[in-house]
Amino acid sequence: MERRSPAFTIFIHGCALLLAAIILAPIAWLFIMSISPAADLAAKPLRWWPQAADFSRYQTLLSTAENSAGAAFTSSLRNSLEIAGMATLAALALAIPAGWAVSRTPAIGWSLSMVIATYMLPPVALAVPLYMGLSHLGLLNNVFGLALVYLTILAPFTTWLMKSGFDSIPREIEAAAMIDGAGLFQTLRIITLPLAAPVMATSALFAVLLAWDEFFYALLFTSDQRAKTLTVAIADLAGGRVSDYGLIATAGVLAALPPVLIGLVMQRALISGLTSGGVKG
Amino acid sequence: MSSTWMTTRAWLLMLPLLVVMVAVIGWPLVDTVGLSFTDAKLVGTGGNYVGFDNYTNMLSSSNFSRTLVTTTLFAVISVAAEMVIGVLAALLLNQQFHGRAILRALMILPWALPTVVNATLWRLIYNPEYGALNAALTQLNLIDAYRSWLGEPGTALVALIVADCWKNFPLVALIALAALQAVPRDITAASLVDGAGPFNRFRFVILPYLAGPLMVALVLRTIEAFKVFDIIWVMTRGGPANSTRTLSILVYQEAFSFQRAGSGASLALIVTLLVTVLAVAYAALVRKTAGSAA
Repeated sequence: MERRSPAFTIFIHGCALLLAAIILAPIAWLFIMSISPAADLAAKPLRWWPQAADFSRYQTLLSTAENSAGAAFTSSLRNSLEIAGMATLAALALAIPAGWAVSRTPAIGWSLSMVIATYMLPPVALAVPLYMGLSHLGLLNNVFGLALVYLTILAPFTTWLMKSGFDSIPREIEAAAMIDGAGLFQTLRIITLPLAAPVMATSALFAVLLAWDEFFYALLFTSDQRAKTLTVAIADLAGGRVSDYGLIATAGVLAALPPVLIGLVMQRALISGLTSGGVKG
Repeated sequence: MSSTWMTTRAWLLMLPLLVVMVAVIGWPLVDTVGLSFTDAKLVGTGGNYVGFDNYTNMLSSSNFSRTLVTTTLFAVISVAAEMVIGVLAALLLNQQFHGRAILRALMILPWALPTVVNATLWRLIYNPEYGALNAALTQLNLIDAYRSWLGEPGTALVALIVADCWKNFPLVALIALAALQAVPRDITAASLVDGAGPFNRFRFVILPYLAGPLMVALVLRTIEAFKVFDIIWVMTRGGPANSTRTLSILVYQEAFSFQRAGSGASLALIVTLLVTVLAVAYAALVRKTAGSAA
């Protein structure tokens, strides 16, 4: 091991503090804005720390009284949850059989490569026909319509993750079960899928994060509280004539909370999922 | 079991995914190609066939060339900065220090923050009247008067790039860190015994391990930066004076704000072609890097 001089040790700790400050300062400021009284945020010089913490905006946004700022926010929260849930379930339902098939039958792997290559397509290349198609089916401004469109993003990604997951489960285990007389679907149900449960969970969380984050299609295909998602609601707040910046910050904190918690809890799984493609080259 | 049956069974399991992909990606893409040769509006009847007019008009317009330059600037500068800062952060996180595990856990935060929340947060920080950046710089006596960081063509793009970098460099750092931890200890030890300085050690011992994963991160980040829409739409909508208008914003304006579906489709396909060329060139580069690193 390299022996380190005291100067180097101090340098490393200084850099670590700087990095921590860069990461934390904007996030901390978002939270501080959300609990600072409006007068503090408009003060010059700016008051960096609220005189008294004010959590009333959280109450405002989470209230469901009609025609309030809260009603718009809570309905978009519900829409985001519904759409992310439906799109994730549908993506997994497509990804699990497809991922297994490609993993066990490499001869059809090119079809998955084609599906994954669609990642390069900018969403604007699909937006006009999707808009016209949804309009034709009466699915504009509709949570089902948006969940369907989200499959363009979720399905290729989850299939790729599931395929990598199945790759790491030895096919000999499946073969052994079949020799013992289990049929294919019995083998998958009893042997393979339980072993793949962690990968399924990771894929599902990735899919939820992707759906939760999506903005472009939601902006185009939704127009009111029936289907608007959180990202659109927040962009509305940020771009509108809201005079209380703390309220915008509060909406941001609430929208960030679920993905940030998922990120912290699932840290290891998410990083290995993100880097597996990278490290394998 | 015969291999024909195995292959047929695999195709059957693949079928639902392929059907959905054809419905939500394949068909819209083909339809976009068809639309791009018409003067169709977003609402109303199909429009008339106009040949390559949309393409020639688009490619010769000053809007397009200016937007292409803006997009390239955004992509090149933000991805380059993310790579450099990300690798530096990874080298730091690979050292021994107190609180390393916590700092590594914190790196996931910017990545997990939704893009729109990130954009909103930085929009508040850059606010011309009450923003934290103006307050901090004034209180440190670095500027005399509050400035409109997103409202001036000279600073808006830089301000956007900073916000984009902050969100994305931690991902590069985590990918690079995973690669660094795969560098065998005895190799770094041997290079020390051989008397290699820090720079040579990084260049010849560590970089070969980083090259493959970093190339993949570079490809993915560049493609995403080239397609960028969300962060710009929320922070500037392409303004001021179109100084931050990227290709995806231009397509949105053409197809949805001005409702010119045909001409928007042609522009969307030009963007698709550019991204594809970029991706193919990169893929060749990745293969080369992986080959030389192995």
